[in-house]
Amino acid sequence: MSQIRVDQRAARRWWLPAALVLLAAAVVLGAMIGPAGGISSANWNIIWNIRLPRVALAGLVGAMLSLAGASYQGVFRNPLVDPYLLGAAAGAGLGATLVFIYGRVSTASWLVDPLPLAAFVGALLAVLVTYTVGASFGGSSLSLVLAGVAVAALATAVQQYLLLRHSDVIKEVYSWISGRVSTATWNDVKLVLPYVIVCSVVLLVHRRHLDVFRVGDEEAATLGSQVRRVRLVVVIAATLGTAAVVSVSGLIGFVGIMVPHLVRLVAGSSYRLVLPLSIVVGASFLILADIPGRVLEQGSETPIGVVTALVGAPMFIFVLRSRRVST
Amino acid sequence: MSSIGFECLNVRYGSVRDGEQEAVYAFTDQVRPGEWLCLIGPNGAGKSSVLRAVAGLVPYRGTVMVDGASLASRSPRRRAMLVAYVPQTPLMPDDMTGLEYVLLGRNPYIGYFGSETKHDRALVTEVLQRLDLVGFAHRRLGTLSGGERQRLVIARAVAQEAPILLLDEPTSALDIGHQQQALELVDRLRREQGLTVVSAMHDLTLAGLYADRLALLHQGHVVASGDAAHVLRPETLSEFYGVSVSVHHEPDGTVVVVPRRAPTG
Repeated sequence: MSQIRVDQRAARRWWLPAALVLLAAAVVLGAMIGPAGGISSANWNIIWNIRLPRVALAGLVGAMLSLAGASYQGVFRNPLVDPYLLGAAAGAGLGATLVFIYGRVSTASWLVDPLPLAAFVGALLAVLVTYTVGASFGGSSLSLVLAGVAVAALATAVQQYLLLRHSDVIKEVYSWISGRVSTATWNDVKLVLPYVIVCSVVLLVHRRHLDVFRVGDEEAATLGSQVRRVRLVVVIAATLGTAAVVSVSGLIGFVGIMVPHLVRLVAGSSYRLVLPLSIVVGASFLILADIPGRVLEQGSETPIGVVTALVGAPMFIFVLRSRRVST
Repeated sequence: MSSIGFECLNVRYGSVRDGEQEAVYAFTDQVRPGEWLCLIGPNGAGKSSVLRAVAGLVPYRGTVMVDGASLASRSPRRRAMLVAYVPQTPLMPDDMTGLEYVLLGRNPYIGYFGSETKHDRALVTEVLQRLDLVGFAHRRLGTLSGGERQRLVIARAVAQEAPILLLDEPTSALDIGHQQQALELVDRLRREQGLTVVSAMHDLTLAGLYADRLALLHQGHVVASGDAAHVLRPETLSEFYGVSVSVHHEPDGTVVVVPRRAPTG
């Protein structure tokens, strides 16, 4: 038995360094590739002020969405869950839409850019409503998920109605919804970095609790876990982080479901490994996904949210298939 | 060794508006240290509700005492150190290994920000050895048979080091050989470690064979209590199960309950 144990531990030890190498490679590629060409002294300005901020932002967004997705999947014990489950995306979308329609005229006089603020507040409000409604129905994970579906439908309906009445902003809103890191500045990075760090630390602290949750709410409770408290803390941290990154990057889909799944497929499903690996792999994936958008279309950018799904979905299917064959 | 006492335990389901259902009514019993009490009774009699109340899964009125101190005032962690619960259908993730699963039993001893210590790992390894489960330590639960999985669930409860073990239908999904294996294991642990066992079981013969004492529940009330020979009588079973049985007493004291076919035309 000791032989097996040694092998398994050794294999586990290698996953994180391997993922970090992937991340380093992604950062280098992200800095080198773009319409203006590779590294030269003339391009240093472009690399530092244009490419590296978007590499950094894409990394933070990818890391946060993947980590939040994995954490949500853990507390709700549902692999199909993503960080937008409890209404964060719909809330952020509605908040952003309101700014595009009513807020753009007077933004010059605002102290802060209202767009990320509205998206952030919208996401948090939507999840708050979801949690309050879900808790009034007993607070089980199912009632929370159902409340999330209802709140998301409501927010989306309001958003669609507003868009129909104000069709002049449809293009802007959809561009925001598709997600973007192309306009990233170091200020954006500074804005979200504290949220990503704090939320990641909180979520990582709970990775052992998420392993206990894998046997279900009831058994976790009989094993001494304070199920509701842990779930509340994890949902708050994951939502706060998601809202923060969504507020600057728009709604980048699919990352929060796909990355944790990829990680599980190769490294097993213990959250002690899934959470840290999701951070690193998620960051790498979004940095890489940001690259094709720069060069695919001459003179314009393909939205990163489109790329993540276009590249990610076939890749995901491929991995699922190869895994099926090998086991 | 610990005792567990019930004083006027009431469990009810439903809401005031929809009408409440009394699942357990005034259940009172005193289980001595090291004793095995088995709750029997037809479906819906309240057996599981008693166990779920002790495990802290359903609210109850009345008192549950472990060694004379009320369980209600305990934190979830303290409760889990006193009472280990084996549910009827444990949720066992397919891709979790046996070792990871049994390690979950150490959860009550690990602080909020902590993780398993060397002691926890050593203890779990020792439990796996003692229960002859070492070969399953690195197997995924999804690859194991029902009997193997059930032994791992019991191992998790043993790793919990709680003096009281609650078993809800521990053998309902097992064939006769694995039923015997699982119950023998529980009995051995009871003798080795002085565990106090409260179980709910459907198989009356097995219940009589392993438990020190039986309590027959019917619609939430205890209608008979005592040793197998006293509780497992044809008239009693006929009255509360609505079943026609013959009861045989073997020379070694075993009480065998055999169903009889209803006479046809």
